[in-house]
Amino acid sequence: MRLETKTRNEERGTRNSAHRELGLADSEYEQICELIGRDPNVVELAMFSLLWSEHCAYKHSRKLLRRLPTEGKRVVMGPGENAGAVDLGNGYAVAFKVESHNHPSAVEPFQGAATGVGGILRDVFALGARPIAILDSLRFGQLDSQRSRYLLDGAVRGIGAYGNSIGVPTVGGEIYFEAPYEHNCLVNAMCVGLARTEEMVRAAASGVGNLVVLMGASTGRDGIGGASVLASAELEEGEEKRPSVQIGDPFEESKLLECCLELLGQGLLVSLQDLGAAGLTSSAGEMASAGGVGVDIDVSRVPLREADMEPFEIMVSESQERMLAVVEPANLERVLELCDKWQTGAAAIGEVTDTGRIRVLRGDELVGDVPVSALVDECPLYDLEPQEPDSWTYGNRATLDDRADGAESLLALLASPNVASKRWAFEQYDSIVGSRTARGPETADAAVLLVPEVDAAIAVAIDGNGRRVACDPYRGTVEAVLECAANLGCVGAEPLGVTNCLNFGNPEKPGPAWQLDRAVSGLADACEAIGVPVVGGNVSLYNEGPEGPIYPTPVVGMVGELPDPRRAAGSGFARAGDAIALAGPFGPSLAGSELAKLRGELDLGLPGVDLAVVYAAIAGLREAVRSGAVASAHDVSDGGLACALAESAIASGLGCKIDLDPLVEERGASGETALFGEGPGGFVISGDRAKLEQLASDELPVLVIGEVGGEALEIEAAEQSLSVPLADAEHAWRSLAERVESA
Amino acid sequence: MIWGVVQFPGSCDERDALAAAGLVGEARMLWHADDDLDGIDAVVVPGGFSYGDYLRAGALARFSRLMEALAAFAQQGGPVLGICNGFQVLCEAGLLPGALLTNEDIRFVCRQVEVVVESNRSPFTAGLEPGERLSIPVKHQQGRFFAPDDVLDELESCDQVALRYAAGHNPNGSVRDIAGVTNEAGNVLGLMPHPEHAVDELTGSVDGLRLFKAAAAALA
Repeated sequence: MRLETKTRNEERGTRNSAHRELGLADSEYEQICELIGRDPNVVELAMFSLLWSEHCAYKHSRKLLRRLPTEGKRVVMGPGENAGAVDLGNGYAVAFKVESHNHPSAVEPFQGAATGVGGILRDVFALGARPIAILDSLRFGQLDSQRSRYLLDGAVRGIGAYGNSIGVPTVGGEIYFEAPYEHNCLVNAMCVGLARTEEMVRAAASGVGNLVVLMGASTGRDGIGGASVLASAELEEGEEKRPSVQIGDPFEESKLLECCLELLGQGLLVSLQDLGAAGLTSSAGEMASAGGVGVDIDVSRVPLREADMEPFEIMVSESQERMLAVVEPANLERVLELCDKWQTGAAAIGEVTDTGRIRVLRGDELVGDVPVSALVDECPLYDLEPQEPDSWTYGNRATLDDRADGAESLLALLASPNVASKRWAFEQYDSIVGSRTARGPETADAAVLLVPEVDAAIAVAIDGNGRRVACDPYRGTVEAVLECAANLGCVGAEPLGVTNCLNFGNPEKPGPAWQLDRAVSGLADACEAIGVPVVGGNVSLYNEGPEGPIYPTPVVGMVGELPDPRRAAGSGFARAGDAIALAGPFGPSLAGSELAKLRGELDLGLPGVDLAVVYAAIAGLREAVRSGAVASAHDVSDGGLACALAESAIASGLGCKIDLDPLVEERGASGETALFGEGPGGFVISGDRAKLEQLASDELPVLVIGEVGGEALEIEAAEQSLSVPLADAEHAWRSLAERVESA
Repeated sequence: MIWGVVQFPGSCDERDALAAAGLVGEARMLWHADDDLDGIDAVVVPGGFSYGDYLRAGALARFSRLMEALAAFAQQGGPVLGICNGFQVLCEAGLLPGALLTNEDIRFVCRQVEVVVESNRSPFTAGLEPGERLSIPVKHQQGRFFAPDDVLDELESCDQVALRYAAGHNPNGSVRDIAGVTNEAGNVLGLMPHPEHAVDELTGSVDGLRLFKAAAAALA
């Protein structure tokens, strides 16, 4: 069989610029020609343009990612697999990954977010893990923008529509509203799954002569070029790109999920891989590359939605709800029977070969033939040309008068959509299906999921404050890791592994390149310092609007374990009369804070963090929670200590009386900074006064600052004094729904 | 006693229902394409999105092969509990009165609510006192119970309203705050709240377990 192609010489004079329209640089095109010894034909060019896109090849980030610590004794699967996984003991592992679907969501928020969830679910069940939780991290422009409310509404409905109907609970997440996300919202979805370690499979194809089986939905023209068109360039004319957005079908995926898990449970699959960006090309290429084998694909055997599809369209279609499996020929009949039982499509479309090549056939005709290594491993990697910006470039419109008093500032902060309750969103998600959710949205700092299979529980959190990363990419990213660890600490959980999604602007520009470089170093150093491996992740670059890049937004997802879910502390106070203490080395600062944003005072710079000191405090708090010494625990985050106290009070329906003078004296802060300053390493804990005092140690300083009770938040802090009725605080904190819906 | 839990393509809460029923008896999964209920003492039609709920919630599942056997089982007085999507399926199948429409505010809602026991005629509420409040979560987008006024009057006069949402707890705009109804004989109960998600203090409440226990006691 010979491939009909023109020789390079024939083509040279007339070569058009098709590769440029597909996002390949001239130098990259030249390199492809050298690698395969001729010009690629249309099928091959389509395949290269996708696998050599930023989205698939990580060509601007791969070198940086080598800095991340990826090994640990609990790691079962690390980066490079469909998702990472860590050992839970007793024959079980927890698999997890976060992934972005930013550009599709900015174009069509409902389908963009829905298929983002669908894609991350497939990554997790591709390992043989049953998905048990979804978390999502969303960023939109300011809430007063109609476009932001439209994107928010669509994304939340999309996440719900997919997660709810597939029966996986959405147990947590975060939403921030900042002007730099106005044109380029972020939708990051994280999935957590539970697997029997011995039933897990890798994505590597193996066994020459084994069959390649495509399962799930039929293949259509939807999402063609999604990875290159949408995910690897700046978004400009979103409307015209709508046909590139994929359409989700959670029912199809529900059947596919159950079918795959049953197939894996019966040991009928050699390997399994989901079809995501770049469709069959990417799945077949990555499977072959990981296994060091070749793969033949016959596109005439792919079940199609539209009969007249060209081979290149079939190879790059991003139709959703499809998986690619490698099956021993003797097992094919059983596999097809089980697919039939679950009413999910299945077709043997090719086989594993020893050629080291991806060969695309249409029946007997060879229509594409490239070395796997050229396609998957040889994409050029670029060095960044970072340059530190010398000033704050994001703008910052003041919405709060700096003469506002303490009470006015507190109410403004509680009503700020970044701080306000996200109940409007999370009530649209099924957070309880699966019967594992011991701590769901806004009841504790991290979600807690029961895992009776190992007689324990896991905690999960997702965090990343892009505004603070914009102030200082290194320190802001360190803080995101510490914030996750602090959230886990509040429920008594010890971190096991990290996943991350790096959402940044155009890496070919010096400013975003510098942010990316510094953020990856911060992520690496923080994970190293707390001894937690990064087992997977995703990079989303070119997130820019007409006014410039988004805030640099590394989103960190963390999974931890806790021995006794009954002791997982809630964030709300428990009893009137309990003492309230500030635990940890918290040194508040207004730099990069929510208050600084409201006042229009944002600027570059964040205070330094002593990673070892803060993590020792987090570990101390974790032990305190595990010992049952605290009745509530809540970390100090957006809006500072005053907002943390208000949140603990609102959750319990109990007020509090607080004196922050000890904090002002000991940490040298002003009253205002003590109230609203932010920074890592602070926890509001409550409980029996003597027990709280006994917790104090060198690692975990404990300052008793007040008492639970009454119907108001009464706080004294040096020159500041405020008293806000609890009902007013709650009204402000619960104002999000009305502001979204009234529009 | 032996419980059977029906699994359709697209069911979501079938494993949770199986676990809940398993707390008060033996529980087996039933496949939608099977055709007999031999040896089963009570059936749960669980929540979820059978067949994606694409045509109308429950509209396709009612044509499943197992539904014929289920209808016969119900007609012979066998206890049947339809939860959420199961309630929708039983209404579509004509085994329960009324219909479930899209929530008043159109959105999906997941929330812990309180319901009041109205009738203890069904085996699932036997032994509960009318007026008792139970804390059980809801999670649905098509949960607004509806029937014409004359049907509602008849349901009330025949003691077929089993559960109502407590004042201020109606999450979906259900007419007359109805959360659960029975068939005329009382052996088939459909409800929107999820009792299988209220069987463990650690996940929020154990009030739902009382429905499973009631049926186990009634059949003992």
